[in-house]
Amino acid sequence: MKPLNRNQIAWRAAQDIPDGNVVNLGLGMPVLVSNYIPSDRDVFLQSENGILGVGPEASELNINPNLVDAGSRKVTLRDGASLFDSANSFAMIRGGHIDITILGAFEVSISGDLANWDSKIPDKGPLVGGAMDLAVGAKSTWTMMQYNTKDGSPRLLNYCNLPLTARKCVNRIYTDIAVVDVTNQGFIAIELLESITAEELNTRTEAEISLASDCKPLQAPADLI
Amino acid sequence: MAIDKRIETAKEVISKIFDGAVIMVSGFGGAGFPNFLLEILRDAEPKELTLVANSATHPYSLTHSLIEAKMVRKVIVTAARGRGKELSPFEEQWRDGSIELECVPQGNFAERIRAGGAGIPAFYSPTGYGTDLATGKETRKINGKNCVLEEAITGDFALIRGDRADRFGNINFNTTQMNFAPAMATACEVTIAEVREAIDEALPTTDVHLPSVYVNHVIATGREV
Repeated sequence: MKPLNRNQIAWRAAQDIPDGNVVNLGLGMPVLVSNYIPSDRDVFLQSENGILGVGPEASELNINPNLVDAGSRKVTLRDGASLFDSANSFAMIRGGHIDITILGAFEVSISGDLANWDSKIPDKGPLVGGAMDLAVGAKSTWTMMQYNTKDGSPRLLNYCNLPLTARKCVNRIYTDIAVVDVTNQGFIAIELLESITAEELNTRTEAEISLASDCKPLQAPADLI
Repeated sequence: MAIDKRIETAKEVISKIFDGAVIMVSGFGGAGFPNFLLEILRDAEPKELTLVANSATHPYSLTHSLIEAKMVRKVIVTAARGRGKELSPFEEQWRDGSIELECVPQGNFAERIRAGGAGIPAFYSPTGYGTDLATGKETRKINGKNCVLEEAITGDFALIRGDRADRFGNINFNTTQMNFAPAMATACEVTIAEVREAIDEALPTTDVHLPSVYVNHVIATGREV
């Protein structure tokens, strides 16, 4: 098995969403998770612009130009959906009514600090959006990311280098080579690509990381391109 | 004298927007931007405005045209990053130091506006604690949770977009058009609403999303978005 592509990472994260949960998906890779939630599970996707129960993306047949998600996609509503204003939406988020938020990440520290909003590109303005509120308010925060940067630097660190989104908030990390839990005992890989050894995982991680005693091979359907 | 908040043309009310005014502009993710009113505001050319809007750079919102026309002294936003590598008009002026930026987590942004309209001068929020966006702000640990003191935001004028209105100024929104509009309408001295249609009879009570007491002027544009 090769390292997972974006859709395969999204598929892998989707398998872990429990039936009945309310989930907010961040912009970028996390929104792909919506394509892979098992159809026998009743999951309500929350979009912070004011939707509880986002449905599939709209087609030409059912498009409403005013019905969009936080990523500006034209969407539909699922059965049982509701609509509300932004203040109400963030009361839902900050008030602990969201089970899981899945966010993109630049860096995660061993204590669960998250850096995902400001990559410090010169002269480009900041974009925080709802990330800080989601990371603080959701019951669980998962991140989806490439395990290393493009130049091979680690992103699972002792301390984040980039500006923080929130402290001690990340519970689980889905990547192209491993699924990692953030625990009081540090990073623990619960799934690892079969072609990668524990030693290699260590060299690709700045902070200490260990394998779970029941660590499984990381797998995803091969036809997700 | 019968109440009728509907106006035939918006030029006169927009001309009352003075130099240095604080303007709130609704809209998020491509829905709910009051672009009809923003075009008129752009032509009226008041200077030194403070803009309170979700984004300073969203391509569908004409907020960027006000910035491009050098009418804006400060923005209070959750997003200020233009798409792509090119700098947006906002980013150019920000780099040159000619425009001030206050970047706010979206939930704190929504709640500060809500508080402004609800007579709450400030509140403690866990969002942003320990991050660059809380620098210099008062903090306090409440029931074991670290929080940041966030002050309410109020404004002089709110420009919002709805779907339908009646002569009393009751507003109905089409799905996710709603976003920040209800909170902004409560937090400003004067609210001007552009809507698709403004009817003679009263809106059905259960269709009213924003009560008339918060709305001063209504103009029908016939526009779908």
